[in-house]
Amino acid sequence: MLSRTAENLFWMARYIERAETNARLLEVGARNALIPNTSGGFRTEWDSVLQASGSAEGFYEKYGDVVERNVETWMFFDHDNPSSVASCISQARENGRIVRTALTSQVWDALNNAFSEIRAFGRTERSKISLSDLSEWTLRTTALVRGSALATQLRNDGYDFTNIGHHLERADSTARLLDVKYYVLLPQASFVGSGLDNYQWRTLLRAMSAHRAFSWAYGGEITPPKIVDFLVLNRASPRSLLTALEGASEHLDRLARGYGRSTEAQSQVRTLVGELAEMTVDDIFEEGLHEFLTRFIGDTAGLAATVHATYLNGDVR
Amino acid sequence: MTINYFNEMFDGETVRDPYHGLDAWSRNMPEELRTLKQSEAEALFRRIGITFAVYGEGGSPDRLIPFDMFPRVFSAEEWRKLDRGIKQRARALNAFLVDVYGRGEIVKAGRVPARLVYGNDAFETAVCGIVPPMGVYSHIVGIDLVRTGPEEFFVLEDNCRTPSGVSYMLENREIMMRMFPGLFQEKRIAPVEAYPAILKRTLASVAPRKCEGDPRVVILTPGHFNSAYYEHSFLADQMGVELVEGQDLFVEGDFCWMRTTEGPKRVDVIYRRIDDHFLDPLCFRPDSMLGVPGLMNVYRSGGVNICSAPGAGVADDKAIYTFVPDMVRFYLGEEPILQNVPTWQCAKPDECKYVLENLSELVVKEVHGSGGYGMLVGPRATREQISAFAAKIEEDPDNYIAQPTLALSTCPTFVENGVAPRHVDLRPYCLVGERVELVPGGLTRVALKEGSLVVNSSQGGGVKDTWVLAE
Repeated sequence: MLSRTAENLFWMARYIERAETNARLLEVGARNALIPNTSGGFRTEWDSVLQASGSAEGFYEKYGDVVERNVETWMFFDHDNPSSVASCISQARENGRIVRTALTSQVWDALNNAFSEIRAFGRTERSKISLSDLSEWTLRTTALVRGSALATQLRNDGYDFTNIGHHLERADSTARLLDVKYYVLLPQASFVGSGLDNYQWRTLLRAMSAHRAFSWAYGGEITPPKIVDFLVLNRASPRSLLTALEGASEHLDRLARGYGRSTEAQSQVRTLVGELAEMTVDDIFEEGLHEFLTRFIGDTAGLAATVHATYLNGDVR
Repeated sequence: MTINYFNEMFDGETVRDPYHGLDAWSRNMPEELRTLKQSEAEALFRRIGITFAVYGEGGSPDRLIPFDMFPRVFSAEEWRKLDRGIKQRARALNAFLVDVYGRGEIVKAGRVPARLVYGNDAFETAVCGIVPPMGVYSHIVGIDLVRTGPEEFFVLEDNCRTPSGVSYMLENREIMMRMFPGLFQEKRIAPVEAYPAILKRTLASVAPRKCEGDPRVVILTPGHFNSAYYEHSFLADQMGVELVEGQDLFVEGDFCWMRTTEGPKRVDVIYRRIDDHFLDPLCFRPDSMLGVPGLMNVYRSGGVNICSAPGAGVADDKAIYTFVPDMVRFYLGEEPILQNVPTWQCAKPDECKYVLENLSELVVKEVHGSGGYGMLVGPRATREQISAFAAKIEEDPDNYIAQPTLALSTCPTFVENGVAPRHVDLRPYCLVGERVELVPGGLTRVALKEGSLVVNSSQGGGVKDTWVLAE
């Protein structure tokens, strides 16, 4: 397949996943804003959402004041924000349009409808749309795109590149969500284990549609070790770092089999998966959660760069 | 001045044979059904994402062109004549191209002035002396035709570079078959769906000299921002070939390669949908980001074929157009089956004088213009418009040609309150490779505004399905 085609599929998947992450972040912000602010963390709960999305600087430049309405506009509608839901959906649809013939009509319809619908949102009076409408719409839409691909796309190399994109983006986003909760929301160690802390952890799980799954899996108190185990190491958790990396690994292996040769990308992902699978929660706390996550985000970016150099820029011989 | 327009459906009160049954079909269609079908058609077009603009018209890329459900019909006999005439013309145009980039016999024989050929902006010195595979420069020839009477067809212009619109020919048919299957059972309508397969065969048949094994064909597009992008991806999909951009290709050694996830793959035939000037920054415009550096060298040495060949544009220039009937006689030794519209060249002083004296009855066009812009339709122009245009002609007579106002035939068309005649033209797509082939059909464009003779989509034109009845 053309390298450019593979690249567009890869990015289409990443943007869809990113749109979803943003919607989930908005939900975290909205719920956290419902409880009394305890200074010492960031100025407001919304601030932390902006930090987590990685788009805080652009926001301050454009809006200055951190109020819910502005954050919502910035993270959902604003095309000046390259990772707003609207930007991600248009990007994904543009990527899809470029490789239109590599998509089934269901996948294309899902993308194209998402694009029309978000434009219609933009024309609707804002007081008539609630934040939960927006995040629910996003979760539904991204699920539809992914589900259509799962149900209808040919299982060829294009399918693998799409899924590598999904998994790498998901690994990155879980790591960021976790990092912001632990590091940005609560810079003071004394909060860890307090009631507020638990409330916010629960919100995080809720935003990942995982709070009930968590209860089923662990039961009892929500403690940092359980959370970290669930979101980093648990293979049963659909958004855990290990699950995401193993997903990427599986599709890289399929590629290697199909193409009849293995590359640097396969060995790199295998090393990462192996290392993660060997780790315990204690190892992670010993390293420091933030330090561990920072390293993980870097490693994932490194893997994405290798995938790029190996398959997507067409320079490989 | 009342002009008697040829109505393709009615001969007086009687329905002409090819349209048999359609008059009753349209009259018996309840208005609700018609509205329903019309919105169904629009939804289908929007859903498949078909957007389009005829070569050089520009326009916003996400625009739909109005689709009229009333088909335009030709009898088998009418088509036989068109078929022969179009193929003849496509052969002559290609012979001309090989000649002017080679020995230039037609110029030496004094049949076409050297100035118009070698001094033409579209004449490409970079391809002089090249004889492309099978001696074909223009592989897809779009010939724009108008009709003025039962037997009277005229060629309005030739398109030898990359005529667009063929996806509309195919999609219009798909949509008509889906919406009105009954009509297709009643009437025997020749299918057009083989076009992509024939196009692929045509392109494969002109593989370059150095090609080994099955030729790899690709379509080269300027990218998804181009107004005809839908058509590029549609054709690639239908033919089962890769749709590439300039950045996907590179030249190494004596060949052209494309970048794939499994490493470089050699490319043999490029059906390009970008202009000559952008093909190769080393040979043409140095600022082109759309092309492939070094491509022309590979082309010259027989490592790749480019369709249509660079330089093909010199044959479809409006100044050369006048000489096409002579080309048919000169190269094929045949009489032309299709006539040109009589044309006055303002470059010639006596003809210019005639044009200026009769502006109110003529259509005046710029030699390099297209899309219905920069032209004067005399009978519809005000006195001020005419005198302003006369000044432009006097300033630069070489830039203008004039033609009589043609009484374009009309075809019944759905309008707000029922069915009414509207003016139409026709663009069939002739494929030239090892063989010369033409699918029975083409793109019918219709001027939707009452009385309008301008069929261009940018100026209120729409499209129709074009039927050729089977023998």
